[in-house]
Amino acid sequence: MASNGNGGESFIHPMDQFVVGPIFGGHITPLSVTNSTIWMAISVLAICALTILGTRGRALVPSRVQSIAELLYGFVRQTLHEVAGDEGLKYFPYIFTLFTFILFCNMLGMLPYSFTPTSHIAVTGVMALAVFVSVTVIAFRKHGTHFLMFFWPMEAPGWLRPVLCVIELISYFVRPVSHSVRLGANMLAGHAVLKVFAGLFAMMIAGGLGALAILPLAGMIGLTALEFLVAFIQAYVFMILTCVYLNDALHMH
Amino acid sequence: MEAEAAALLGKYIGAGLACLAMAGAGIGVGHVAGNFLAGALRNPAAAKEQTATLFIGMAFAEALGIFGLVVAMLLLFAV
Repeated sequence: MASNGNGGESFIHPMDQFVVGPIFGGHITPLSVTNSTIWMAISVLAICALTILGTRGRALVPSRVQSIAELLYGFVRQTLHEVAGDEGLKYFPYIFTLFTFILFCNMLGMLPYSFTPTSHIAVTGVMALAVFVSVTVIAFRKHGTHFLMFFWPMEAPGWLRPVLCVIELISYFVRPVSHSVRLGANMLAGHAVLKVFAGLFAMMIAGGLGALAILPLAGMIGLTALEFLVAFIQAYVFMILTCVYLNDALHMH
Repeated sequence: MEAEAAALLGKYIGAGLACLAMAGAGIGVGHVAGNFLAGALRNPAAAKEQTATLFIGMAFAEALGIFGLVVAMLLLFAV
């Protein structure tokens, strides 16, 4: 696990940070505590602390913590309302949970020596599948079998409809794939690039190119800032695509 | 042994070629952002409401580039 074999004395492998392992030793079982589950639990605790402690005072002039919690709430609510309308607000708790969980996982993953659960397709895939299934169930409960007309575009000329139907079907079922891979791969690629630059810096220092090592260091500082931006934007994109899918289910185009 | 070396070579060349997806994703995301900026400078009042659409467009453009990364990953670690 430590090196990729052909280097021998190569520094830390950039993919090492994504290895899931049990924290308290022993074999990995479905119930064992791993670094992934620990960081997910920390994210959930942080969200609970922010929202519960933040709204405990219910001050008219909010304290700093309260205004952060209110900002977060208002931001998600406004986005959902803009995209999915009044009917979408019924599903606000789900969207808020998804957004805050992904945001906190991404952001806490930026801490040194931490772990980013959202960089694993297994985690994001489950979330995307849950969105896909629940949105489809919502659509069928609201429209019944009429929802199947979603795949049969009436505004197109008759001979084109079967072709478009196939395309619509494929694009509908590809949704959970792209939804999960986008988040997972973004976090994976960003953290791997950070590690590559860190390894380059360490190798340059060890190789006696001390003055030149400033280049990867500067690159790493810039990339870290970019990664904070990406951490937020990917959580936002995940949420807004969920809202778009919800809107499709509720209003059918 | 020869065949194994050839397979390894193909794997690495394929993973490298998959990085060409970045070019397409770069063009796509640049198009989205550039056109958004062009429109936003013409009508700045309407720009703020369209930022959500901007991010949706960027996400779709970027997703196809990320599929390139997935192909590279599969070639390197799964095939």
